[in-house]
Amino acid sequence: MRSATVRKGPTPMPEPVDAIVEVRGISKTYGNVEALRGIDLDFPRGKLTSLLGPSGCGKTTLLKIIAGLIEADAGTVSVNGRTVSKPGPERAFVFQDFALLPWATVLRNVAFGLELRGKPVAEREKVARHYIGEVGLSGFEDKYPHELSGGMRQRVGLARALSVDADVLLLDEPFSAVDEQNRRKFQEDLIRLRTNQNKTFIFVTHSIEEAVYISDRIVLLSPRPGRISQIIEPDIDRSVDPDRIHRDKHYLDTVEEIWQGLKQYVE
Amino acid sequence: MASVRTEGEAIGLASLSGETRSWQEQTVLLRIASVVLFAAIWQIAGMIPVSFAFPTFSDTAVAFVGMIADGSLPKAYLSTLQPLILGVVLSAFLGVGLGTLCGLWRTGEWLFIPVFIVLQAAPVAAFIPMVTFIYGIGMTAKTLAVMILALPVIVLNTYKAVRNVNFSLIAMCQSFLGTRWQIVSKIILPDASPVIFAGLRLGVAAGFVGVVLAELLITPTGIGDLITFNRSRANYAEMYATIASIIALSTLTLIALQWIETRVFRPEKRGG
Repeated sequence: MRSATVRKGPTPMPEPVDAIVEVRGISKTYGNVEALRGIDLDFPRGKLTSLLGPSGCGKTTLLKIIAGLIEADAGTVSVNGRTVSKPGPERAFVFQDFALLPWATVLRNVAFGLELRGKPVAEREKVARHYIGEVGLSGFEDKYPHELSGGMRQRVGLARALSVDADVLLLDEPFSAVDEQNRRKFQEDLIRLRTNQNKTFIFVTHSIEEAVYISDRIVLLSPRPGRISQIIEPDIDRSVDPDRIHRDKHYLDTVEEIWQGLKQYVE
Repeated sequence: MASVRTEGEAIGLASLSGETRSWQEQTVLLRIASVVLFAAIWQIAGMIPVSFAFPTFSDTAVAFVGMIADGSLPKAYLSTLQPLILGVVLSAFLGVGLGTLCGLWRTGEWLFIPVFIVLQAAPVAAFIPMVTFIYGIGMTAKTLAVMILALPVIVLNTYKAVRNVNFSLIAMCQSFLGTRWQIVSKIILPDASPVIFAGLRLGVAAGFVGVVLAELLITPTGIGDLITFNRSRANYAEMYATIASIIALSTLTLIALQWIETRVFRPEKRGG
């Protein structure tokens, strides 16, 4: 019987693992709302870590601070040992609302990160076509975003983030605007992609099931002010048939355990 | 890129069923029917007659051909189009530039936007005699008349469009390391282009008003002069032909502008 590794307490122990992203003492206040207070967190290299919590726990704020899109009031973020405060080539972001250019085709959208870096057309389109294939959108290269479903649009967003070859992928509730059936399919594809891509994923979600299903590590945040309440490492074998994971007793127990922990914060 | 475009069109055409194409043919037919219907009503109204000063459609058409043949219409247009084109082109570039600047830059917004709000609210035709007073009755005065009418709406629309740009796209561009200039050229301007073009269409239409007003009020030349001249000689068919021709030209210009918008800036709107 496997069991989830659970660490409790407001200040988690420093990690002995190889951390690609290190967050130290991050605080952020919006007006008189304290979104994050003294967050210390390590993200292990090559793993998928989820930031999970009820709305208002500052999980998206933390992700955007790591991305360099929001400035923290205090604390530092370092990636590969270097302190960062702005977006950088080692991080790529997947947006909740997809943030695709409506006037550009799938191909140009996926290649957009490389276009901004001044890569020649032929080269960037070759890379883009490769990742369009990876996310399962071959044949849709010349479609415009409005011709695609929500799930397909987010696949474009994911392919764009993969194209720039960043070490860390930051995903901000990527499936929240995707319908349920497509979300299940997309989650399965994400598990498959993770094993081939050898990248670090930081994933924000408010869905417990989703977090347990895809994560190596779940960071539970509690709201007002946003703090780390628990770190859980669900030890789930993902090499089996994805549908079996959803019926796995260990999976169901972990979901239940997290729900018991979060319940108190939900009004 | 060129080959990609053609591929896209090929797929687009293949996926657009025959149904869509026949619907497009139908809209063309409906548009022609609308023009024919208008001409017919004009013809009947002229034959009743509504007024002794109201010619039939056929008389007007004959007068139009006659005025082209005797060279009076081309000569008038030569004189009218110069300040019109100059004024409209200047207003378009200056207006979009200034509007973008005000949308991006606070100080610029405080400096310029109130001026253009006042200009747009004011009955600007009242300024035209003042322009004559300062710049005389030449080309400069006419060009200025066009710009006074066209510029405010172009500036204000561009400013609004740039202000209301989709913030998520800007964040996306920043996160993928876009420079300030790339954010403006690759995100803000394309995203704002539908509203900018709406402003340009209004501005160009206002420019036509400006040039005709200037020619009627201050400088008796070009199309304005041709209208006044034919009215004074009771050549009503010629007068109507002149008026109709400038309306038609204005309409065609606006259609061309729309075509440029969908072709160049928003290709995704081509289908619908």
